[in-house]
Amino acid sequence: MASLTVTDEQVGATPAKVIQPAWVRIMHWINALAMILMILSGWQIYNASPLFDFRFPREYTLGGWLGGGLLWHFAAMWLLMINGLAYLITGLATGRFRKKLLPITASGVLHDVRAALTFKLGHDDLTVYNYVQRLLYAGIIVVGVLIVLSGLGMWKPVQLYYLVMLFGDYPTARYVHFFCMAAICVFLVIHVLLALLVPKSLRAMIIGR
Amino acid sequence: MAKRPFLIPGVDRRLLIKDSLKTMPDVTRRRFIAGGASLGALALLTGCDVIDSSSAETMLAKVSKFNDAVQAWMFNPDALAPTFPESAITKPFPFNAYYDLDDAPDIDGKDWKLEVRGLVDNKKSWTLDELYQLPQVTQITRHICVEGWSAIGSWTGTPLRDFLKLIGADTRAQYVWFQCADKDGYNSPLDMRSALHPQTQMTFKYANDILPRAYGFPMKIRVPTKLGFKNPKYVVSMEVTNDYKGGYWEDQGYNSFSGS
Repeated sequence: MASLTVTDEQVGATPAKVIQPAWVRIMHWINALAMILMILSGWQIYNASPLFDFRFPREYTLGGWLGGGLLWHFAAMWLLMINGLAYLITGLATGRFRKKLLPITASGVLHDVRAALTFKLGHDDLTVYNYVQRLLYAGIIVVGVLIVLSGLGMWKPVQLYYLVMLFGDYPTARYVHFFCMAAICVFLVIHVLLALLVPKSLRAMIIGR
Repeated sequence: MAKRPFLIPGVDRRLLIKDSLKTMPDVTRRRFIAGGASLGALALLTGCDVIDSSSAETMLAKVSKFNDAVQAWMFNPDALAPTFPESAITKPFPFNAYYDLDDAPDIDGKDWKLEVRGLVDNKKSWTLDELYQLPQVTQITRHICVEGWSAIGSWTGTPLRDFLKLIGADTRAQYVWFQCADKDGYNSPLDMRSALHPQTQMTFKYANDILPRAYGFPMKIRVPTKLGFKNPKYVVSMEVTNDYKGGYWEDQGYNSFSGS
């Protein structure tokens, strides 16, 4: 509606577009909460029988002891699962994944990585994800699916034995679960840093524009 | 995969005990689960003062109960735990308890009797020799600890469902509740459907030898569809009951179904 064009200089000559629809924003923040609960309680559980030669500092764990960590983990699990499923279904059904995340080409990724590292990657139009974003966002969805599948397999290694088989055996599923967590943590650091570097992207995830 | 030594610090007994001690409940942990709205429990729960501890505990306990129901619904009595070849057995199989091996029950097999109580036709107690007469089967399965580590072992004994049939147990009852000889009175409830699972076993032998003290002499209940803490050792009695009588770890907050 050209007649409604706002003149606010910050917005420019075109009307402010909705960058992040409400369902994306709601699910994003629910997921953020669920992820943090899962990670902190997961660290508590990890500490009971570490896979590697280190433990997570007690201050960064949730639940107080193994039993408490497990209670949190298997409660936040529902939040993560239901929200995650709703996100996947909506993302596929609305075509958002296809429109926003595809295509991902090697040359595009290489180009944008180079641009990002030399601080030449523009963020003029937040409605279009650059190739680094596409790769990271698509990648983290895959990691999210993997961490849930390995987690379910560990939770029910008899009833859902086929999930365990998918990863080889029970101990391997534990490692997959751990490394997916590590990948999510790395993603989280980069994601938050970049959001702070481009504050309007953070604003878009809060108020939509 | 079971060859990784760090998964099972069982090579070093001291280390294992140290590990088990870490999961041992202390007064604060008991309070955390008991539901006291104390500042201590609050700090434990969140590490900060944001979440009201008593409401968080109530919520977590409710979700855990809901998870019991979900797991019971998911439980397929015909789904068998994977079995393994002898070559896959974890050596040494770890001793694991909330106490040192020296403090494990030291039971004289000649004096020991298995007491049978509750909703059964024949409440006679069983001597070890009598139990040894029952048909036995061997199965090699993975033991999965609530802590996350796992180990493959070989257990030989009588399917619990055969024994329950033999003593005329009311298998419509909700639970079989086991009492053990451990210090602090270890006990654990087993839901009837898991008790009737074909692989659930009254175990008398480990690796074809009489069950050693470390693994629960004279009798362990091996439930390959449950986490380790629901595989009671040093069992002295079983009760078929409709009452939920709680359990050593269950009362402290481990999920009661804890089925795999």
